[in-house]
Amino acid sequence: MPLEAYLAVSAALFTLGIVCIVSRRNILYVLMGIEMILNASSINFAAFNRFNGDGLAGRMFVVFVIILAAAEAAVALAIVLNVFHLFKSIKPSEVDLLRE
Amino acid sequence: MDRPSQAFYGLLTLLSLTALGWGLRGGGAHGLVFGLFTVLTLGGSLVCIWERSVVRSAFSLMATFTGVAGLFLLLGADFLAMAQILIYVGGILALLLFGVMLSPPDMNERKLPRVIGALLLVGGGVGWVALRVSSTTRSWAVTEELPEPVTHAREIGLGFLHPGKYLVPFELAAFLLTVALVAAVYIARRKKEDLEPRDSLGGQS
Amino acid sequence: MEFQLSDYNLLLAVPLIPLMGYVVQIFFGKFLPRKGDWLMTLGMFVVMCITIYMFAKAVTAHGGFFHESLAEGGPTFGWLYQSADKEASLNLVAGILYEPLGAALLMVVGVVSFFVHLFSMGYMHGDRRYHIFFANISLFTFAMLGLVLSDNILFLFIFWELMGLMSYLLIGHFSHDPGSHRITHAAAACKKAFLTTRVGDTCLLFGMAIFYYHFETFRFTELWAMAQEAVAANGGEYPAWMTVGGLFLFGGTVGKSAQFPLHIWLPDAMEGPTPVAAMIPAATLGAAGVFLLGRIFPLLSPEVLGVVIAVGAFTALFAATIGCTVNDIKGVLAYSTISQLGFMVAAIGTGGLGLIAGLYHMVTHAFFKACLFLSAGSVIHGCHHEQDMRKMGGLRKKMPITFAAMLICTLAISGMPLFSGFYSKDRILASAFESTFQMFRGANAFAIVGLACAAALTTFYMFRLIFMTFFGEPRDQHIHDHAHESPLPMTVSLLVLAAFGLFGGHVWITGGGWNPHHTWFTHMVSVETLYPGIDLNAMNMIQVSEHNAHLGHSFGLYTSIGVLSLGLFMAVQMYLRGKIDPARVTARLGEVYIAARDKYYIDEVVNATVIKGTMVLAKTQRWVDENIVDGFVLSVGRVSKGAGFLAAWFDKRIVDGLVNLVGALTQSFGSVLRLFQTGRIQQYASFAVAGGLLAAAFLILV
Repeated sequence: MPLEAYLAVSAALFTLGIVCIVSRRNILYVLMGIEMILNASSINFAAFNRFNGDGLAGRMFVVFVIILAAAEAAVALAIVLNVFHLFKSIKPSEVDLLRE
Repeated sequence: MDRPSQAFYGLLTLLSLTALGWGLRGGGAHGLVFGLFTVLTLGGSLVCIWERSVVRSAFSLMATFTGVAGLFLLLGADFLAMAQILIYVGGILALLLFGVMLSPPDMNERKLPRVIGALLLVGGGVGWVALRVSSTTRSWAVTEELPEPVTHAREIGLGFLHPGKYLVPFELAAFLLTVALVAAVYIARRKKEDLEPRDSLGGQS
Repeated sequence: MEFQLSDYNLLLAVPLIPLMGYVVQIFFGKFLPRKGDWLMTLGMFVVMCITIYMFAKAVTAHGGFFHESLAEGGPTFGWLYQSADKEASLNLVAGILYEPLGAALLMVVGVVSFFVHLFSMGYMHGDRRYHIFFANISLFTFAMLGLVLSDNILFLFIFWELMGLMSYLLIGHFSHDPGSHRITHAAAACKKAFLTTRVGDTCLLFGMAIFYYHFETFRFTELWAMAQEAVAANGGEYPAWMTVGGLFLFGGTVGKSAQFPLHIWLPDAMEGPTPVAAMIPAATLGAAGVFLLGRIFPLLSPEVLGVVIAVGAFTALFAATIGCTVNDIKGVLAYSTISQLGFMVAAIGTGGLGLIAGLYHMVTHAFFKACLFLSAGSVIHGCHHEQDMRKMGGLRKKMPITFAAMLICTLAISGMPLFSGFYSKDRILASAFESTFQMFRGANAFAIVGLACAAALTTFYMFRLIFMTFFGEPRDQHIHDHAHESPLPMTVSLLVLAAFGLFGGHVWITGGGWNPHHTWFTHMVSVETLYPGIDLNAMNMIQVSEHNAHLGHSFGLYTSIGVLSLGLFMAVQMYLRGKIDPARVTARLGEVYIAARDKYYIDEVVNATVIKGTMVLAKTQRWVDENIVDGFVLSVGRVSKGAGFLAAWFDKRIVDGLVNLVGALTQSFGSVLRLFQTGRIQQYASFAVAGGLLAAAFLILV
């Protein structure tokens, strides 16, 4: 398969991640959307790595993206718990303290 | 299963089959496998968006992650595929499910116009950008013309340990993970005052 | 004893000790035991010892004794450097000038100041501003000592002005005492003294300016040398400008030494405490004017000297006539002081020999007049601040020490042979005679008559004072009963000063025998030692032939003894024996007596002319100020106000409008932007994506 196929899959996954973040009324969906976006970028890294000399750099990047995702998931989940604690809700539309 | 879901899943099945066929026609067995993983990836995320139950959405993400791992395999990155399965499916998804369990049961209503509008806008934008970018860059080789992929697990492991290569980022990443975990524990821990019953916070602002 | 370079440091200490004393006293005097009077007096004792020691060096010196620290590398004080070249004469570098005249006067001031301090310890006892009095009198002493030691006329002027200020403060000492009935008198007197002497000081400043303009130096030695050159270049005649400048310089003397038109401050100065009266007119301030004449003598042209003689002789006679009519014990001494200062000034005016005589009289007069004032103070003290002689009498028994001191000094001032005043007064008359014999001038002839009459009147009124105060029957029994001798510090001061008055003119220091024409002062001070290197014969000094000098001396001697006898006889007849009734004499004199009693209406004339004129001028100026200057200022103010209104309108309408417009625009823009600020992260994410897409589109399309 050509590079463009992988890039198209990545772009679609990215789009779906954005849609997931924006459209759902639950903060957990935001986390899921972020995971999708990160996965989309991983696919891009891996694909470009493969089609551009098959070196090590792209894979390393993916490894770090995964590490980052793990850290992010842990912290984000803690934040979600705290938000739920504070607002008795995990609906992003009701968490609007940033406005103040 | 309500009617919109039936329609959705029907449409999804049709699309999957089309993709598989398109892949088989364009790339043979390799294309078929590619189509399968693509269907897994995108279908999982579509279901994730569609489903009203958080638990279902979370489980549908497992399909997405697995699909991405498959794509890694197709790209010759066996170590990445393994790490993807291990960390995403085994770790992050488990964390998400923990979060789902700790949050109240919440059946969300669908906001189809919003979803479709966002889908069209963002997809259109991203697609347009991708098309424009691909049209201006050089043409890339197809997978069949590339040399057979070899395993990189050993190289990656050595790269992590080699001071001239990725030792410092590796250590930094390890440090980041430690800090993140400690921070997560710190943030999530129950503070003393939180144990007291408190009034609504909305009135405070 | 030779003069050494280190002696300059001693001389420097002489003015600095009272200065330091002043600083200590003015700040801490209140808190010191006995309010610090012992400190000041002790300091003055040290000063007196130094001055006597230095005087001994001067008087025993062989040959010329002339020391200038600038020339000899002694201590100097660079004050204003107008030129980069430190040696240039334009620079104002002050130093010490120590020569026989300065040595004599320094010793006089040191001695008199110490005893005035000592006397004040008794006299001023219980005064409310006791410590301030000592501080002020100490600073006054500093100014006088500094004046004597100054080697340039500018510093002399500075100390001169400082003395003016201190005399203002000291004469007005009682004006701060709310309980004193003399408060307004003292305030008026000190103001009068200050303003009157200021007239003379201004003249002196003009004179200094004129000479500096031509000679570009303030140093006395340079001024003398340049004057000599200028006279020589002018063919032995003084240039006209030097006459003008000399007259101005003499104006300073007229003010400070209370000569005729400006003498009015001195009698009023008696409002001050009596020690001040002894200090200011008698020993120091009045002497300062004469001392100035001695310093600037080579600068004075013969024409100026003629004026000097006329003014001095007139003042001597004029003040002596008033002195005969005054009944206030201090008033008599005040007019006597004016008269004696007139003697000195007139003597200096007669030329080189009279110069020495006048300066000599200044020295002897300082002692006996200080003693007389202090004795008068002692009498006033003993009589509980009664000053009117008509209420005294018969005090001889009550205050024997005061009487003895006063009698000695009266004999001295009268010119009784063997008393100090005789030597100087005799020389003054002699110099007037010999200069007249040598070269007859109207001024000199007037001086002979005036001075002789004044000398007779001096004897008369001084013995009148003695007789009225100490002899006869007590006129006021109450005062007489309560009269008492003064405490020890005062009597000691009187006796020592009286001793100086008795022996101050004598000759034994130099072993000159009893020759009245060879005293210690003439041994020490001569024209050659005063102005070394300056040939006064080619300038303004009248050269007297041997014959005329001898003749003049004889005439002087006879005249002085004659007028003394005449005055004494008249006083004895009128006031001791009562053979001649004073009332009949005054009735016979009529208008003359009344005029003299009323001080010849000088104060009234001054009031009517100078003071009224000044007031009219001031009122005119005030009218101009109020109507023209103020009108202009007010109109300027109105214009500014109008402009201000315009500016305010512009500010309010245009500038503020613009600012408000910008504000309103920002606010409305902000309220639009606020719509985007929902606080919802999902919306923010949407915006982020939209922004990213737009950026990508921009990159692609452009």
